[in-house]
Amino acid sequence: MLDLAKYSSIGAALKDAMERFADEVCLIEADREREKERISYREFNARALPLARAMQDAAFAAGDRASIIMTNQSKWLISAFAIFYSGGVLVPLDYKLTPAEQWQLLQHSNAKILVTEYPIWRQLCTSAGRAVTTNLQNVFVTEAPPNADLSDAQRWEEFRNDATPTFAPRERKDIASIVYSSGTGGRPKGCMMTHENYLEQCVALTSLYPFWPGVRYLSILPTNHAIDFMVGFFGPFTCGACVVHLRTLRPEFVREAFTRYKITYVSLVPLVLKNLQKGLEGKLAELPPGERKVFNALIAVNKSLTKSHPRVWLSRRLLKQVHSAFGGQLRAIIVGGAFTEPQTLQFFYDLGIPVANGYGLTEAGTAITVNDLKPFRADTVGKPLPGMELKIADPGPDGVGEVYVRSKTVMSGYLNEPELTAATIVDGWLRTGDLGKFDAQGHLHLSGRKKNMIVTEEGKNIYPEDIEAAFESLPGKDVKEFCVFAANYIWPRRSMVGEQLIIVIHLENNQSLTEQLKQEIIQRNNRLLNYKRIHGLVVHNEDFPRTASLKIKRNELAEGLSKLDRDRVILPL
Amino acid sequence: MPTLEQTTLEVLNLATTHFKLAPGTLAPDDDFFKKLGIDSLQTLELLSRIENHFNIELPDYEVQGVSDFKTLAERIQSRL
Repeated sequence: MLDLAKYSSIGAALKDAMERFADEVCLIEADREREKERISYREFNARALPLARAMQDAAFAAGDRASIIMTNQSKWLISAFAIFYSGGVLVPLDYKLTPAEQWQLLQHSNAKILVTEYPIWRQLCTSAGRAVTTNLQNVFVTEAPPNADLSDAQRWEEFRNDATPTFAPRERKDIASIVYSSGTGGRPKGCMMTHENYLEQCVALTSLYPFWPGVRYLSILPTNHAIDFMVGFFGPFTCGACVVHLRTLRPEFVREAFTRYKITYVSLVPLVLKNLQKGLEGKLAELPPGERKVFNALIAVNKSLTKSHPRVWLSRRLLKQVHSAFGGQLRAIIVGGAFTEPQTLQFFYDLGIPVANGYGLTEAGTAITVNDLKPFRADTVGKPLPGMELKIADPGPDGVGEVYVRSKTVMSGYLNEPELTAATIVDGWLRTGDLGKFDAQGHLHLSGRKKNMIVTEEGKNIYPEDIEAAFESLPGKDVKEFCVFAANYIWPRRSMVGEQLIIVIHLENNQSLTEQLKQEIIQRNNRLLNYKRIHGLVVHNEDFPRTASLKIKRNELAEGLSKLDRDRVILPL
Repeated sequence: MPTLEQTTLEVLNLATTHFKLAPGTLAPDDDFFKKLGIDSLQTLELLSRIENHFNIELPDYEVQGVSDFKTLAERIQSRL
């Protein structure tokens, strides 16, 4: 691994990695059963530098912003390296957002360049959201069909200049990327991450979960997500490891990739991990009683031998069948994006597959705590990573309070939001909005949220403000005013799972809810992506408290509602 | 080539079989996440079945943001 303490930027570290690991394979890209390409660090460099030079010729300079909206693939990483090489600020956007949302964030981030793939560009071009004014000067589109109408975009593959580009050095405190943790429709929260944030996080994470040449990481989580950017790009690349991209995430092709490419690490969201568990449990249940008995006995032996720490080589021998299905080289599954239930973690550990569960948020630079497996604990989110200072603010009698974190990995702030930044990072401490406590062994236990948001099992952070637009014209019909909340924000629950959103409505003239209005709300709700939908309705026929500028005082409204009986007032939708 | 109506009907039949439902349970405008109570991963599994049936390849991006059978059938129809 490169000694990252010596580097001041992502670009400088990656540049050296290209030379140091030149002959190692850095990327494999497969589409279904077809391997599309396999490239070395030398080839990766040779593809990125002409792109960097062409960007520089197009007046892209250090400090300028460039956005990538692409599914996981080699061109994502090649483009990112070209941007960092030129000293640019990367704005990775979620390809699953709607085109209107993507336009909104392109505008908010002030990106000068957009790198995207043809199907996404096609949708962006036909979206009404295109009417927004952006700073975009160049759009590069990958894999466009020969006769495709690219509007005013250019083909990524043709945008190159073989002359040597200029490497733009950056300081550790300079902004490396703007990562949106939320804010589509409401108030965009663009986390400004510095080069130092990434360099420090990489050192901390790889101290527990190391990469080296020969390691193969299967990249499934979107690369715009902080976890995949770190463990599916920067981490492996600074260690000479290899990243495997799949162009489809169909479960059968993902399963096949484990065995075909002998995967070492993979990152998953809890939903996918649970699905894997269900599949494995189903297969085990199908075993003839005799075989099942033997298998259960082997699990029991494995459990007792791995009590203090994992012994992957031993587990692979004992439970060969399971490990072979994962390719036989899997060292750990990294799970992130949302809270994982302990019984799922335990299930995999008992099979000899450690799950690196932890806790983190984009604002803190990916992970704050991680299970160090010494010994494995399914009931906690692990211990603070090296370099992380944590404290529990205002703990109650049970020791539970808000988790604060201070470290070199904490973002420098939210883009264009000095007030929000000042309220989030106070005296150097990042207020996470999550509730938890430490146990005697120094492990963190999470037990709910203080902030008005939910996190789904798919790892999506949903802020109520962001989905209110879907219900916007309800007032004027029978609804005087409305507000969306995370139910647990109003009625706190000591739980990190099963979080739901609700809509609170105040009806005109204090009338009662009609079936017609309920159906209208259901219809609008159904237009939202499935993970953004609200699950309940509360009729609250009292004027909502408002500020002088007539904005709803959410906290005050929530406080008023908290006096009501949750189970009685929420009508399921 | 089948008509869009025929394709829609075939998609509904495939989903009915895949999720072991009573015939006639599903309608073209049904939101499959809500009606079937499935997640995005289970949707991908259904897609594989659809691909095999129609002998086409549906890239993941083609079904991004699609949540009703009718729109899904339209995406399939454009590849037949």
